[in-house]
Amino acid sequence: MGAVQWKKMALRLNGKSIPFEGWPLHTTLLDYLRETGLTGSKEGCAEGECGACTVLLVGPSESGSRYVPVNSCLILLALLDGQEVYTVEALAENGVPCEAQQAMIQFGGSQCGYCTPGFVVSMFAEQYRPGRVGACDPHALSGNLCRCTGYRPIRDAALSLGPAPEGKWTRRLLEPAPAAAGVATLAEFFALRQANPRAKVIAGGTDVVVECNLKGKRFPALINVGAIGELRSVEETNAQVEIGAALTLSEIERTWRNAPVVFAEWFQLFASPLIRNRATLGGNLATASPIGDAAPLLLAFDAQLRLVSARGERVVALDTFFTGYRQTVLAEDELIASVILPKPFPEHIRFFKAAKRRLDDISTVAAAIAMNLDQRGRANQVRIAYGGVAAVPLRARAAEARLEGRHWEQGMREAVQELERTLSPLSDHRGSAEYRLAMAENFLAKFWHEMEIPA
Amino acid sequence: MSIIGKALPHESAQGHVTGEALYTDDLCGRFPNLLHAWPVMSPHAHARLEEIDVTPALDEPGVVATLTESDAPGEADSGPNRHDEPLFPKEVLHHLQPVAWVLGETLEAARLGAGRVRAHYSELPAILTIEDAIAAESFHSGPFRLKRGDASAALNTSSVNIEGELFINGQEHFYLETQSAIAWLDESGGIRAHSSTQHPSETQEIIARALALPKSRVTVDCLRMGGAFGGKETQANAWAAIAALGAWKTKRPVRVRLPRALDMALTGKRHPMLMRFAAAFDNSGLLQGLQLHVYSDGGWSLDLSEPVLWRSMFHADNAYLLRAADITGYVCKTHKTSQTAFRGFGGPQGMLVIEEILDRAARKLMLPPEVVRERNFYREGDTTHYGQPVKDASRIARIWKELKASSSFDARRAAVDRFNAGHPHEKRGIAITTVKFGISFTATFFNQGGALVMIYRDGSVQVNHGGTEMGQGLFTKIRQIAAASLGVPLETVRMMPTSTEKIPNTSATAASAGTDLNGAAVVDACAQLQARLRPVAAELLNCTPENVRFEEGAVSSGGQKISFARLIDAAYRKRVALFAQGFYSTPEIHYDPQTGQGRPFYYFAYCAAVTEVEVDGFTGDARVLRVDILQDAGDSVSPLIDQGQMEGGYVQGLGWLTIEELLWDGRGRLATGGASTYKLPAWSELPEQFHVNFLTRAAEPGVVFGSKAVGEPPLMLAISAREAIRDAVAAFGSSEEVRLEIPATPERIYWAIQRVRKAPRSVVEPVGASQE
Repeated sequence: MGAVQWKKMALRLNGKSIPFEGWPLHTTLLDYLRETGLTGSKEGCAEGECGACTVLLVGPSESGSRYVPVNSCLILLALLDGQEVYTVEALAENGVPCEAQQAMIQFGGSQCGYCTPGFVVSMFAEQYRPGRVGACDPHALSGNLCRCTGYRPIRDAALSLGPAPEGKWTRRLLEPAPAAAGVATLAEFFALRQANPRAKVIAGGTDVVVECNLKGKRFPALINVGAIGELRSVEETNAQVEIGAALTLSEIERTWRNAPVVFAEWFQLFASPLIRNRATLGGNLATASPIGDAAPLLLAFDAQLRLVSARGERVVALDTFFTGYRQTVLAEDELIASVILPKPFPEHIRFFKAAKRRLDDISTVAAAIAMNLDQRGRANQVRIAYGGVAAVPLRARAAEARLEGRHWEQGMREAVQELERTLSPLSDHRGSAEYRLAMAENFLAKFWHEMEIPA
Repeated sequence: MSIIGKALPHESAQGHVTGEALYTDDLCGRFPNLLHAWPVMSPHAHARLEEIDVTPALDEPGVVATLTESDAPGEADSGPNRHDEPLFPKEVLHHLQPVAWVLGETLEAARLGAGRVRAHYSELPAILTIEDAIAAESFHSGPFRLKRGDASAALNTSSVNIEGELFINGQEHFYLETQSAIAWLDESGGIRAHSSTQHPSETQEIIARALALPKSRVTVDCLRMGGAFGGKETQANAWAAIAALGAWKTKRPVRVRLPRALDMALTGKRHPMLMRFAAAFDNSGLLQGLQLHVYSDGGWSLDLSEPVLWRSMFHADNAYLLRAADITGYVCKTHKTSQTAFRGFGGPQGMLVIEEILDRAARKLMLPPEVVRERNFYREGDTTHYGQPVKDASRIARIWKELKASSSFDARRAAVDRFNAGHPHEKRGIAITTVKFGISFTATFFNQGGALVMIYRDGSVQVNHGGTEMGQGLFTKIRQIAAASLGVPLETVRMMPTSTEKIPNTSATAASAGTDLNGAAVVDACAQLQARLRPVAAELLNCTPENVRFEEGAVSSGGQKISFARLIDAAYRKRVALFAQGFYSTPEIHYDPQTGQGRPFYYFAYCAAVTEVEVDGFTGDARVLRVDILQDAGDSVSPLIDQGQMEGGYVQGLGWLTIEELLWDGRGRLATGGASTYKLPAWSELPEQFHVNFLTRAAEPGVVFGSKAVGEPPLMLAISAREAIRDAVAAFGSSEEVRLEIPATPERIYWAIQRVRKAPRSVVEPVGASQE
């Protein structure tokens, strides 16, 4: 199914199979729910920032299924054929609220109540997270905004929840998840692409659907590449790690178990869990935002991209992928298949992000800094990469050269001068050019200040 | 145990968590043939609309009608006082101002139809800053003046003068539920609207005005709001009026709901204000005189800007005695959204400026800021600069002392200094600030509340009152008040949605006074009912009326007992009226704007907070480590609700003073006009430790059940976070003055640190010295 044209589709909604067809292509799951009477899910922003529209999808896990909380405002109905969805209306059984609902009531977690269904759904998913031990992690709720409570009672509600109670919801997790919707193989994609050159390629939709909702962008057809098997694995060899471009950030987080620790920091800063549950690495790179958070870290890993089309495949350095503001070398018929990280990985690597808000904000400046230290304390293989300081994410090669083979503190001053010479940040509502430049420089100092060197 | 003072969850909590609680826009499915409205919007901040042709919109499939001035039988103007808000303007006064509306079978059709409308504008110069407005003398109102003593004499003779200015940015309400209304023709010749409004009676008035109908033919209902914070006190009216005009024209129900981007672009915010001040101090830090010019950015129309400005001028004393004061205020007219009520209603800006002045004085005198603050507190017997005695003034010092002890302020101050000595790139700061907030509408006539309590023959009760529920817990408190006053269990009392059909001529639910006014009206109604029921009960129980006890659904005397329901049925049979209207008007308040003297407030609410932060010297990033609040809520009717107001108010204030940044570009476009660019406090802003306590022995006589208002005051406690950040910034260097802009975003904090780092080291503070 390529979702290129409407045909008879169905989704399993709150336990019932519901056929749907004939809705405009830009219809989001949230629109559909509200228009068909399920008004518990609310629209607070229509861009995946507030989480008031959070619903559950059922996705695969090692033991069967998992409940995946997502922003229903950023999911197009057309991409949900065969999927299983639960909304807040389904969580109470016979009028008895579920534990997350009871905790929210008891702790005073709702005031105006408008964000509450979203919090409840996120909290429910966290309580039923396969393999969870101990208290619920309040960070699982960090994609939900509340304007009334100040979050303290919601945190306490989450911390009060124990193991998920046995019942229909735990039993459901033992069953397999529905097969993902969308194009299944690259061959199928190539054929569809050729037949529908004007179709928009979509995976998680966390950028494309924002354009639909806020800018009125409309597409004649969509090709959902989120389920292409060849794009959905992490392969590790002695020489490299290859990450499928259609994996969501959450899937990467879960499946790449021995990822360098910098990835854990990066995932937290990248986006909220609700976004990470949908957004793909390929999408973040293909959209080519100068402030996307994927590029800087991957540049510091000296990443390469595998690009595929019916004509064949090629591997390009990420450093040469971006050609201008929101422009890349990707041809119309090409797809990012994977991100390749060559080994060995840098010994020291950090990701930094300056933003107005510490979590769930868009970068003013993002930086990734990597290096190895030799036995005499000199830096080598220095890689410094930025977002937010130019029209494209970039490596600061001149600055790197000033640090290469030297003690960090010795090279810092010259490296900073190179940054001042080579970076060209702009002023906007996120930050001034001066601040961006200062952050680009300060992250070099912060990197050194916070580095833990084994004695 | 009495139901009053019991910690109960929100009255609608079960509905909130299950998604069953309904908000205005959730009702769309109940209206067959509903039309959706979308505005035609001006691309300019200031322009003359030379020509508009809406007919091309009708070519869009699905478009049903357009709305322009000629479709209004009455005066299409939503200005509550001055009638300065035309719904179909000839002169555009802010970017994206609607000039016409399109109604469609779907929202998509209406939106596409609006895109087809041809409008021709002549662009005019726009005034976009307070400075430009002052230069052009572009004012809605003013000057207003409050004067006591001779401030200029104090400035001439004092040893220390502090002069300067402070720009205070505004704040977007960002209620999670955006503005929405549905209007339809009712079954009996009237028009009816569901509106997410804090002020149904005024929404009713604006609809009646636009349709040239008597108010008796217009009914406005408000089920509940998904947050409001003042943003729906006046600013819900226009959208309800458009829906009503559309329904009138098409005879079909019409829905207006602003998506977030439009809500932010079209509706007013907390007033940005520019404060210019000169203050005189003696050597001990005692404030001798204050001259203050307050310039508020009112935006394109007057709205509530006058009373907001007045409250800024009243609260420029915060908790401190102004021996001599000369305060002048203007409402500037700019080509931006029309700024409006927002939790605190001008009070926060007034308090910020006096706290800024006291901090600057303290640093100049090399005294700890908390010492200078304490020295200037009001004492018993003092009066404010507008002549009102400061009732319970000693509570300011009492709260301060108790909070300093319970938060271990002195020990933590020492710990902060130790931390800072060992950390060159991270600095901590700690601060304590207090709040005195006047309770009552400053427009005296608004201080009235109404209720209608109805007991049905089975003993079940409906309570109607004039207040609206926006999440603040008003209905929870009123339900407790009604149950306690009638002597029935909570479950017996059903809270009814607010409707102008039940209580006429209501005041807005605002000024933290919802419970004081409407709760007292409910008490009045319940007392009347009990008075009628007592003789009936006495007869059944063979006792005298005064010996009848009403408790938990039972009516008793001595050992005799009957159920409330049985009493009610007996009363019905005896033809006793089982419904009563209650009314309350706040006594003793008066204010004369001409003389600037009076008693505008019935009482003051007091509270204080200690905040500790850590600031990253590389980025300017600030983290709130710990907050301690002590609140005078009187005898709290509903402690869980009040705690929610305290915590939520603090965090909302924290957002205003730190990360929430309203930026308009040079063309008057809101550059931070969505959730991805305007950042509310999120999980990362929750203080790591959050301790909230109520002041004990604090009953307020004369207020319902001895309680005190709590909706707004805690917002201003976030000033302690700003002062803590300033304290941390100061530790990066040494400076006589630590300027910190508002909001203190990481970037602004970073530049504040840079200024401090470069400051000449003429005054060596041990705090700033690095040991590494």
